[in-house]
Amino acid sequence: MYQYTDFDHAFLAERNAQFRAQVERRLDGALTEDEFKPLRLMNGVYLQLHAYMLRVAIPYGTLSSDQMRQLALLAEKWDKGYGHFTTRQNIQYNWPKLTDIPDMLDALGEVGLHAIQTSGNTIRNVTADHFAGAAADEIADPRPYAELLRQWSTDHPEFQFLPRKFKIAVTGSPNDRAVTRAHDIGLVLKEQDGELGFEVLIGGGLGRTPMIGKVVRDFLPVADLLPYCEAIVSVYNRLGRRDNKYKARIKITVHENGLDEMRDRIETRFAELRPLFDDSAMDLLADIQAQFAPPSFRTSSLPEVSDPALRAWIDTNTMAHRRDDHAIVTISLKAHGATPGDATAEQIRLMADLAETHAYGELRISHEQNVILPHVPRDVLPGLYAALKDAGLGTANIGLVSDIIACPGMDYCALATARSIPVAQQISERIDALKIEHEVGELKIKISGCINACGHHHVGHIGILGLDRAGVENYQITLGGDGTETASIGERAGPGFAYDEIVPAIERLILAYLDVRDDASETFLQAYRRLGPDPFKAALYPETARDAA
Amino acid sequence: MPRRPFTPKVVTANLLREGDVVYLAADDSWVLRHQDAELIEDEAHAQIRLLDAERQPDLVVGPYLADATAGPDGPEPVHFREAFRTRGPSNYAHGKQASETSDASKTEIV
Repeated sequence: MYQYTDFDHAFLAERNAQFRAQVERRLDGALTEDEFKPLRLMNGVYLQLHAYMLRVAIPYGTLSSDQMRQLALLAEKWDKGYGHFTTRQNIQYNWPKLTDIPDMLDALGEVGLHAIQTSGNTIRNVTADHFAGAAADEIADPRPYAELLRQWSTDHPEFQFLPRKFKIAVTGSPNDRAVTRAHDIGLVLKEQDGELGFEVLIGGGLGRTPMIGKVVRDFLPVADLLPYCEAIVSVYNRLGRRDNKYKARIKITVHENGLDEMRDRIETRFAELRPLFDDSAMDLLADIQAQFAPPSFRTSSLPEVSDPALRAWIDTNTMAHRRDDHAIVTISLKAHGATPGDATAEQIRLMADLAETHAYGELRISHEQNVILPHVPRDVLPGLYAALKDAGLGTANIGLVSDIIACPGMDYCALATARSIPVAQQISERIDALKIEHEVGELKIKISGCINACGHHHVGHIGILGLDRAGVENYQITLGGDGTETASIGERAGPGFAYDEIVPAIERLILAYLDVRDDASETFLQAYRRLGPDPFKAALYPETARDAA
Repeated sequence: MPRRPFTPKVVTANLLREGDVVYLAADDSWVLRHQDAELIEDEAHAQIRLLDAERQPDLVVGPYLADATAGPDGPEPVHFREAFRTRGPSNYAHGKQASETSDASKTEIV
């Protein structure tokens, strides 16, 4: 893992001292709220519905045990004893006082964490495949490139006031677990003629106008990564619309100017910038890569498993590691009826301790709001499961119906138009009561509490969008979305449902899928793609279907 | 487009230091409980009270007028968003609902 240098520590200490002074000046009246707001946003501080919120970056979702323990400390000391892991691999604290936030940032700085550029119209936290460095299907570990991008983009003087926020995701696997096609820049590591490089996509994004990213460069050599990304952001900074915030993201810039025009401009700008980047970036990359060397794996083997609950957990919550004697473990933060992505300070600390004791001290946060132990020797799986289960972290539901992504919605977010969390809780409880989750198999439900789509509803197999319809919560359903390498935007099924109608509607949808699928091996998404929306719409709107018959 | 008739309002904001949701009371104090807010039934008076709030940037952030209606114990919110702000999130008993039985929640805070 990347270790902060003296320069990094000094930079962070200086930045935190600067923000502490800005808070003091706000409190003594030297700064107005209009002057202070962009400064606090640059440091991850929002004012939400009930309180301030601090969003802490977890670069490319990677944490050490020490860092994870510090997140627990913040939850305990300055919040209400829990943290909320987000769909961009961050953690949010929902209840800090403004006066405490400088101390929280100092505490984060002690372990090399920060909240810089987790808000504002800048380049945000660079995200990556949460199985990076461990997955059996990986071509190369994307995290060194993500770290290089983090260092390049942090406090980049040209990119602090972009037309709108800007998000970059990187994956090193052809199986896209980082939703690269729904990012402003998506980077997919690939090999060509024995050389490592990137497929570069631009203009993906969800929100009000969802779009799948388009390939702007088939193959970008690693050495060109920074100047090419700088060229993209530079062209966007110039062309992106500042007259209308709803048309300010790069996806609209690409749409309005056309991919070819954008490519021409980016390549022209790249030609200007490339000579300005000497070999130092690649020297830095080499240093970073050395710090991402894999741990010294020990040999291991899984003993005979007779406990059916353990068997189910291993089948559902572990993934193939690049070593046969290890597994990637996903710890579900989606216990049935719980808030997706929330973990108490005790749970966070336990996961940190378990990682340290059993899994080489590494953890990951996924955009699907779960925690991952990327390197787990198979012989510790029984003991690990027992410890997690005792702490309410043993739910075997990864990739299943109750593994729901949900944004904070109107329970916390000032932008939300409806609640997300209780909808997720009720669906999860209902599915658990029906005991059909494992029979249903892979099914991704994603819920957003407003059109900004932080809950990624557009790429949910079933997407739910909460809206305010004449002062009443109303929920639209989209079907057939996909956030992977076969990305697609879900199609709206029809009229929305009231708050008390949405869970029964989702239940009808799932039961209809069980009726129409070819067999248990055909997933919901495959069935939807084979059959189209009609059988699913008939289940959602039985009266309309009856009238038409 | 015809102008919509004025409907009763309360002035609400968040405390600068703590972030808590607060309401402007008739005696110019900021209170935590919606029922203790001043229910404003005159449009011109509402604008004056909003200006009063905006002149206190050292105490509160983002004051605005929110629809409200008279209830048996004082003003009640009209929109569900404002109703959530009076009590807190629905997934935990945090926020104002955590201290609903406490006398502290009734006390004026500024």
